[in-house]
Amino acid sequence: MTSASYTMRDPTAETSPVVRHRMKAPPLGPETTIGLLSISKERSVEFLDTIDRLLSERGCKVLRFEKPTHTKPAPDSVIQDIIEQCDVVVEGLAD
Amino acid sequence: MEWVVVLKRDCETCQLVTPVLGKLAQNAPMKIYSQDDPAFPEALGGALDDTGLATSWSLGVETVPTLIRYENGQEVARTFGWDRAEWISVSGDPTLGEGLPGFRPGCGSKTMDPGMPERLALKFGDIKISARSIEVDENDDPMEVAYDRGWSDGLPITPPTDLRVARMLAGTTRKADEIIGIVPPNLVECTVEKVAINAVMAGCRPDYFPVVLAALEAALIPEFSMHGLLATLWFSGPVVIVNGPVTKRIGMNWAGNALGQGNRANATIGRALQLIIRNVGGGKPQGIDRSVMGNPGKYTFCFAEDETDPDWVPLNVARGHAPGTSSVTLFHGDGVQGVADQAAQGPEDLSRSLAMGLAAVCHPKLAAWGNAILVLSPDHYAIYRQAGWGRPEIEAALIEALRRPGKDIIKGAGGVSMGIDPSRAEEMVDKFHPGGLLVVRAGGPGGLFSAVIGGWTAQRRAKEVQIVSKEIGT
Repeated sequence: MTSASYTMRDPTAETSPVVRHRMKAPPLGPETTIGLLSISKERSVEFLDTIDRLLSERGCKVLRFEKPTHTKPAPDSVIQDIIEQCDVVVEGLAD
Repeated sequence: MEWVVVLKRDCETCQLVTPVLGKLAQNAPMKIYSQDDPAFPEALGGALDDTGLATSWSLGVETVPTLIRYENGQEVARTFGWDRAEWISVSGDPTLGEGLPGFRPGCGSKTMDPGMPERLALKFGDIKISARSIEVDENDDPMEVAYDRGWSDGLPITPPTDLRVARMLAGTTRKADEIIGIVPPNLVECTVEKVAINAVMAGCRPDYFPVVLAALEAALIPEFSMHGLLATLWFSGPVVIVNGPVTKRIGMNWAGNALGQGNRANATIGRALQLIIRNVGGGKPQGIDRSVMGNPGKYTFCFAEDETDPDWVPLNVARGHAPGTSSVTLFHGDGVQGVADQAAQGPEDLSRSLAMGLAAVCHPKLAAWGNAILVLSPDHYAIYRQAGWGRPEIEAALIEALRRPGKDIIKGAGGVSMGIDPSRAEEMVDKFHPGGLLVVRAGGPGGLFSAVIGGWTAQRRAKEVQIVSKEIGT
């Protein structure tokens, strides 16, 4: 943590580390549905196709999504679909 | 000999004694410390700068001016304010302060400004907080960090900064490192300091803190079975009923909307208890807390009893505490079920009517399962009071009205499979265990209805799961 400007005291039993662990990566297999969200930028498709192939080879279920334009946030309907259908989402391709 | 003086410009008495100080300084070295303006007193060439209050704090100054006399580096005499006789005694100069009035009270030292003692105690190391520090990046919102770390019950918390925790600790005479008990479900030792941190987060004021401590101590009495109450599939959570002078002192609500929102003490004391179970004990919904639905009272459920009628025996007194004692009583309670009766013709009629509402607790055909609180409204209580009934008569009538023929509530009776064992068909069956019905007065005027707070199904194991009361300390 850098430039701490505010300090709180821990209200817990302090049994977990101060710096929290990263979330565990999901298993790569048929139990995991991975969404690939294209932000509709040039060359996104090539990148996401490659990811799609690599994940599919490992047995994952892959679903594809697309934002109408990379210049604006994803519409709620796209976000809703991803949340309801996927365990993980990979977003690409940005600059 | 040497003199040390602490004063401030914003104090008329300090200005009054300036010529006296000048006279004393002629005979012995004098260090003058000013809490607000080192240029003062101009007539003596100003003072040493104590606007940071380090010297005032270390000297324990509570009033200015304070005059201290040292001999060989040791303090031998001290006075404060302006009391001419006292100053003559300390200085040994019988002519000191001639022409001045005999007495002028001093002013409060800036070290005693509201909140300042805790701030200075932290600054100068007199209070040390043991809990580990969680640093919040300047770009982060402390409240969001608290959410991310899982400290919240879903509502925003007050960030537990050192100063807030120190001020909370000032609300009790107990030491910060004293262990209050072992908190379930993870069976963690809980110190007064940890309670203070969670009380800060819940939004408590320091003067609520002794009530929070008592509520936690009560919850940790083994017979209360806090672990089971947390882990149950049932709706229940701890309901805290507060009695005694403390309720007035900290401004609790026993009147209109007493069971609802809007009163800081009611809201935050109950919340603090739940946050301790969550954060210290590790008890979280869908974790060890297995409640199928829960109830809104699991955020907080705490209220005071209406003790405004001197003839009424308060709940804690009925449970064995001395009159005038402040106490908490903890019950394993669900939500609130209203019982309307706008037609009762007298106390017997009303008791039978309210008993019908109470009979539904857990299930109308179950007996000696969950207990109950009957929160008696002022308008219903007026019917009893007019008839000269008090707590003993009301409780006896309710228990009698809740004694039902076994044949009406055995399994299968009324076409409902749920019910008591058929072997009890010929008995008269009590609805609640002895002592399992708490009658509490609360609420505002205007409604001929009272409230039933149903209890936890595990209360049927009367030896293992008991309602508990605890005296509130300091």
